[in-house]
Amino acid sequence: MVRSLFYSITFHSAMIFLTVLSLPFMLREPIELPPIVSVELIQISDKTNIPYAPKARKIIEETKKKEERVVSEQAPPAAKAKEKPDRIPLPKEKEEEKKLVKKKQNPEEIKPQIRQSSEFEKKELVDTNQIAALIDKAKEVEAVKNKDTNKITQSNQKNSFATGLTLSEEDALRAQIFGCWSVPLGLPYDQDLLVRIKLQLKKDGTIMKSEILDHERMNRPGQKFYKVLAESALRAVRLCQPLKVPPTGYDKWKDLQLNFNPTEMLKG
Amino acid sequence: MKKFIATLILSIFLNNNLNALIEVDITRGNLDPLPIAVSPLHVDIKSEKIEGLEVRVLGEKISEIIEKNFKNTGLFNPLQKDAFVQKPDIAHLKPRFEDWRLIKAQALITGKILVKDNKLKVEFRLWDLTAAQEMIALAFTTTPSNWRRVAHIISDKIYERLTGEEGYFDTRIIYVAESGPKNQRVKKLAIMDQDGKNTKYLTLGNELVLTPRFNPTNQMVTYMSYFRNMPRVYLLDIETGTQEIVGNFPGMTFAPRFSPDGKKIIMSFAKDGNSDIYTMELDSRLVERITEHSSIDTSPSFSPDGKFIAFNSDRSGLQQIYVMRSDGSNVKRITFGKGIYGTPVWSPRGDLIAFTKMHKGKFFIGVMRTDGTGERLLTENYYQEAPSWSPNGRVLVFYRETKAGDKGKGFSAKLWSIDITGYNERKLPTKTDASDPSWSSLLSK
Repeated sequence: MVRSLFYSITFHSAMIFLTVLSLPFMLREPIELPPIVSVELIQISDKTNIPYAPKARKIIEETKKKEERVVSEQAPPAAKAKEKPDRIPLPKEKEEEKKLVKKKQNPEEIKPQIRQSSEFEKKELVDTNQIAALIDKAKEVEAVKNKDTNKITQSNQKNSFATGLTLSEEDALRAQIFGCWSVPLGLPYDQDLLVRIKLQLKKDGTIMKSEILDHERMNRPGQKFYKVLAESALRAVRLCQPLKVPPTGYDKWKDLQLNFNPTEMLKG
Repeated sequence: MKKFIATLILSIFLNNNLNALIEVDITRGNLDPLPIAVSPLHVDIKSEKIEGLEVRVLGEKISEIIEKNFKNTGLFNPLQKDAFVQKPDIAHLKPRFEDWRLIKAQALITGKILVKDNKLKVEFRLWDLTAAQEMIALAFTTTPSNWRRVAHIISDKIYERLTGEEGYFDTRIIYVAESGPKNQRVKKLAIMDQDGKNTKYLTLGNELVLTPRFNPTNQMVTYMSYFRNMPRVYLLDIETGTQEIVGNFPGMTFAPRFSPDGKKIIMSFAKDGNSDIYTMELDSRLVERITEHSSIDTSPSFSPDGKFIAFNSDRSGLQQIYVMRSDGSNVKRITFGKGIYGTPVWSPRGDLIAFTKMHKGKFFIGVMRTDGTGERLLTENYYQEAPSWSPNGRVLVFYRETKAGDKGKGFSAKLWSIDITGYNERKLPTKTDASDPSWSSLLSK
């Protein structure tokens, strides 16, 4: 008897302890992730001729000037003078160049070095961290704008990050549904107009099952507009199928929730 | 035991991530007109003529009216009948949803007409083609001469089911029908259906008439008339044709309008170059002065709950719009923009005030919130004014004078309507020139 009581108390205490441990964890806000897009942008800008933003250009030019000034005190290696001006140095060679630049200087051999530095090299001389910081900043400004106009909160974006869809995948899906959703314009914009639809999808993006999460509200008196809105949202989803879902990670997106909210749009 | 506890802990920790559902917010959609198929109503073969009406063609005619109503809203796109995949006799069957979806229709209207005991029975069904289900089904029985109204009522029901707001098709517009040159203009009161049909003249044109306004019950109209060269506010019963002067004012009364319950008339009374706002109860004839100011206060309009009044006044120098309580207290100026503001009209929904603005020689029709914020100018022209709301607060009707008439000289006045989004501006068909429109509430309400 005493023994079983002892086991019971121990087990219950363990359970309470575990619950206490896990609860704060559940309550905690998801960790804020840094915007991924900025990284992608840097890669693109390195390989294309997209013009830099005015601020970025200013910094680039300042850096160039600095570099030129430094170059004027530096001497290139003798071998470099013989190279063709248009030849783009291989990455390894560039490293060697930089190392050499840091070595002894010879003012007489400045000109060939300046002539030799192509556009490609000039870009290499620029501090990419500074540009990345600028682009990040520009992205942040854009994100704030988006937040104001579309009411897409950080937490919503985080949600999809954490659970499977990348930003571009989510955008593709969103854009597809934007096109299919004919918003009923007679709705009152000063009321709660959120319609949540839970979908079960097949691998090809067609809908296996759709469910309006607050469907009981549709039949409540005075909620005629909600019924109209929910129906329009369902119509949009059905019209759009197969939905543009990623080719992989089916387990992550087979259950999907779409939150339709036209408030901002109706306010004009 | 250790293993069990470890598994338990792991499952609790992992659960947080596994159960996370992907959520995507959809905050925008398209404003493209909804593609809708209006199948001609099926007519029973036995039905032929009733009270001089060709019943056989009624099915086609009713569907045409519904189509036209929807097209005029700018919110629907009725599809060409040539593309229809089933004949009208599907009225008693479920349509082949997949086939209708092929022609990109999202909603389908079917129906039939029966004649029984010299009465017309019109049935209709609205189908959601994407969900493959019926949305609404109703039947109306009426005297055959009412067939146009039945078409409008069906349009209202479908519009309400698809947009969530009341329709405005089974309504009328009262206006001032104008003819003749500008210095000898003949002005008559006229009434027509909102689609321009069934025009009737209510006065002969011997006196100048202005600013007719509907009572919310639609039986009565109040307007201003220059009978014996004395401008006064009159009351007219549309059904009986009887007229009477409103109140016994020792001077000019103008700009009348009914209170939302239809029991009072609010108007301006001018004396010695000053005009103030008064109300008169129709039952007791009790007159109450609402404003008392040395400036010109006019164009009063009640809020739909009857608690507030919007009016325009030049008390600040230029004519601006003010709002006060219905007893005249707590007067607040709500317009501060450049230009002159006038003719405020409170929306039936209560959220907006429509107005006319004059600025730099141009006239604008616009809407703003009831506190004066969120001003939006919907349309601009050389001369246009007198906005009036559709009963659902979605469309405004107003009149516009253009410099050149049909022959390139003189001027022409016509009624126009515009959606409160600023889109879908269109001219209403009237038999003559027209001004000062007033939109009735729903007749079938």
